Amino acid sequence: MPEKPISIALAGNPNSGKTTIFNNLTGTRQKVGNWPGVTVEKKEGKIRYQGVELLIMDLPGTYSLTPFSIEEIVARNFILDEHPEVVVDIIDSSNLERSLYLATQLRELDCKVLFVLNMTDLARNRGIKIDTEKLSELLDVSVVATVGNKNQGMDLLLETAVRLAESNTDVAQRRRVRYSKDIEAAIVELQRHLEAQYGDTLPYNPRWTAIKLLEDDKVVKERTAAAVGERGADIFEYVVRLRERLMDRYAEDPEIVMTDERYGFIAGIIKEVQVLSTRRRVDVSQNIDLVLTNRFVGFPIFLFFIWAMFQLTFTVGDYPMQWIEAGVGMVSALLDTLLPQGLFKNLLVEGIVAGVGSVIVFLPNIVLLFFFIALFEDTGYMSRCAFLMDKIMHLIGLHGKSFIPMLMGFGCNVPAIMAARTLESEKDRLLTILITPFMSCAARLPVYIVLAGTFFGAKAGTVIFSIYLLGIALSILTGRLFRSTLLRGADAPFVMELPPYRVPMFKSLMIHMWDRSKMFLKKMGGVILIGSVVVWTLSAFPRDIDYSIDYDQKRQQIAADYDRRMAEAQGAELDALKKENASSLGQLEHRRRFERAEKSYMGKIGKAISPIFSPLGIDWRNSVALVTGFFAKEIVVSTLGVLYAVGDENESEALQQALQDSDMTPLSAYAMMAFVLLYVPCIATVTTIRQETGSSGWMLFSVVYSTALAWAVAFAIYQGGRLFGLG
Amino acid sequence: MNLSQLREGQRATILRVGGNGTIRRRLLEMGLLKGTDLYVEKYAPLKDPMELIVKGYHVSLRVQEASQISVEPIE
Repeated sequence: MPEKPISIALAGNPNSGKTTIFNNLTGTRQKVGNWPGVTVEKKEGKIRYQGVELLIMDLPGTYSLTPFSIEEIVARNFILDEHPEVVVDIIDSSNLERSLYLATQLRELDCKVLFVLNMTDLARNRGIKIDTEKLSELLDVSVVATVGNKNQGMDLLLETAVRLAESNTDVAQRRRVRYSKDIEAAIVELQRHLEAQYGDTLPYNPRWTAIKLLEDDKVVKERTAAAVGERGADIFEYVVRLRERLMDRYAEDPEIVMTDERYGFIAGIIKEVQVLSTRRRVDVSQNIDLVLTNRFVGFPIFLFFIWAMFQLTFTVGDYPMQWIEAGVGMVSALLDTLLPQGLFKNLLVEGIVAGVGSVIVFLPNIVLLFFFIALFEDTGYMSRCAFLMDKIMHLIGLHGKSFIPMLMGFGCNVPAIMAARTLESEKDRLLTILITPFMSCAARLPVYIVLAGTFFGAKAGTVIFSIYLLGIALSILTGRLFRSTLLRGADAPFVMELPPYRVPMFKSLMIHMWDRSKMFLKKMGGVILIGSVVVWTLSAFPRDIDYSIDYDQKRQQIAADYDRRMAEAQGAELDALKKENASSLGQLEHRRRFERAEKSYMGKIGKAISPIFSPLGIDWRNSVALVTGFFAKEIVVSTLGVLYAVGDENESEALQQALQDSDMTPLSAYAMMAFVLLYVPCIATVTTIRQETGSSGWMLFSVVYSTALAWAVAFAIYQGGRLFGLG
Repeated sequence: MNLSQLREGQRATILRVGGNGTIRRRLLEMGLLKGTDLYVEKYAPLKDPMELIVKGYHVSLRVQEASQISVEPIE
């Protein structure tokens, strides 16, 4: 018995039921992660079948193995580099012809392949009959029939795969695609040349290498060049000559001719194995689409669904959020009473519990959002959303599917950026991730409410709305800018399948939802923990602050003073004195907190950076508030509360009063709101960007770009406004 | 005549798929080959993209991509 588990990779077209089969096989024993360096989801599961350990890998769904999209590169590299013992190709039986394209490409690779004809029930309903034995014979490959969503044929699939893995037979190279005479001649010629000159140094099998080189496959070219080293230059000259010869012959690129011929080969197979009965059932899916993508009601229905999803995510999610907040509050209260006074307690309560608590509250939103996204995806409605919205999103240089992440951004950027996973093209995903933070999330609203409420009075609503519009406008501009510079030319073709509607499987929805939520918690936890400790440390140190007055002594003095006066007073006078006493002590405490904030490292940072902010009309207190806002945007308000030294009760009113009395003007308030809208998103969002782009570089880029843009816009607003005599 | 000029409910046979390398190859790989029959199921409410039935499945294309496919309508 081998120690190492047998590795089985599942390949197949999108919507072929691959994920359902993967879920059936592995159940809850699956691990979701990312492929190294890219944002493509990687799923694997270890199971035991009849005493044999199996490692099942779910490769990204692709239509071909031509390395255009990142999914195709990932899938192909996995097969080429990791050498799974068996590659299982899941084929949608109701879509045999197109599915066989990927199948023939897999067949050309050096690996043991098993074909799984899935959704055979659907095919039968559509009047399609497939002769599996004939297919197996013609392609010289094992074929198994399954119905994934009814869990039929899974044992047979595993049994056949294990048998195939343990068999010693060499990978048969017989029944492969035969190309037309001239192409076949070129392949053989190049293959012989490669074998004769470079024999063992070639990274892959010679025939396959020859085919890929003739197809001008970038990845294979690079790998071959790396493997054969210096002497390899002549190979590429050879290839160029052969390609030119073929282009003369066909008046067409060889890769186009070869794609055509693969389909020709497939057409031959289809003729022999597939029988279409003339009886055609009604296409239910087509009827659903008569309504859902209807010219008149399609959009209203779409808007309703999106509205419902948004509402449910953020309103239903609000209840568990409150419970979690209450729970976190209880924990911190408990720790507060249990632990002795000291630095450790402060760190635990104000730093760690508060910090981690601020992340866990997002969980209900994330879970719900992922449930709805899974529902949209599994039913097939997601591609209809893209179909409806593509025209509008295309104006920004984006794909129709980018709409959902951007919309979710108005709630919370964290799940929104994670929702960008539904985009297939790497560059579309990156662009969506980069512009989503400009969608003004719910956490920024309290800041606007305080500022606009203070300085714009009755017009506050309009002013806040204009901030939201500013975010949308800048996301459009940013989208167009990046599309024409950084992420150019990657306007992925919108060749998108509209799969038949399906009833989603509950188990699959749950697995989807839980896996993604789990990943959020795990990855966020660590960074947030560190981040909260850092922010806490900056505001709690240095410990021994050189206060301008001795607060303790002053407090005692005031207390003693009132005690004396109260001893003499009576009745109404006594009550008045009590109130006065409390208010004096409160004011003293505020002065102390204010001084402590001013003299902490955080305050020093604020003062140090205030020259950067002063051209925007933002003073050092607001600068500190903006810095703490990196932790979470809501914190801007509470920091302002501390820095303007207002009490806890009626805080917002007192804060508004304090702001009114400060140097701020409506103009500088508006500049600050614009800054809050645009500048570096909160730490949770930044971490999500890091995780979803798989790159610290993009994370830094996003941080720098958004902050620079925020500064520029706030500068333009403040200085521009002053030029026109406003503020 | 090109594909984007077809009306809803029309059938046609593909004569030639034009366009640059990537899009063209992608279209071919999805089964939009010379000689393939297609059916224009509908246009999206904003007139772009369009939905086709090819080789028994539904696929959507942007009008701009469809304009690079020349077709012969089937009466």
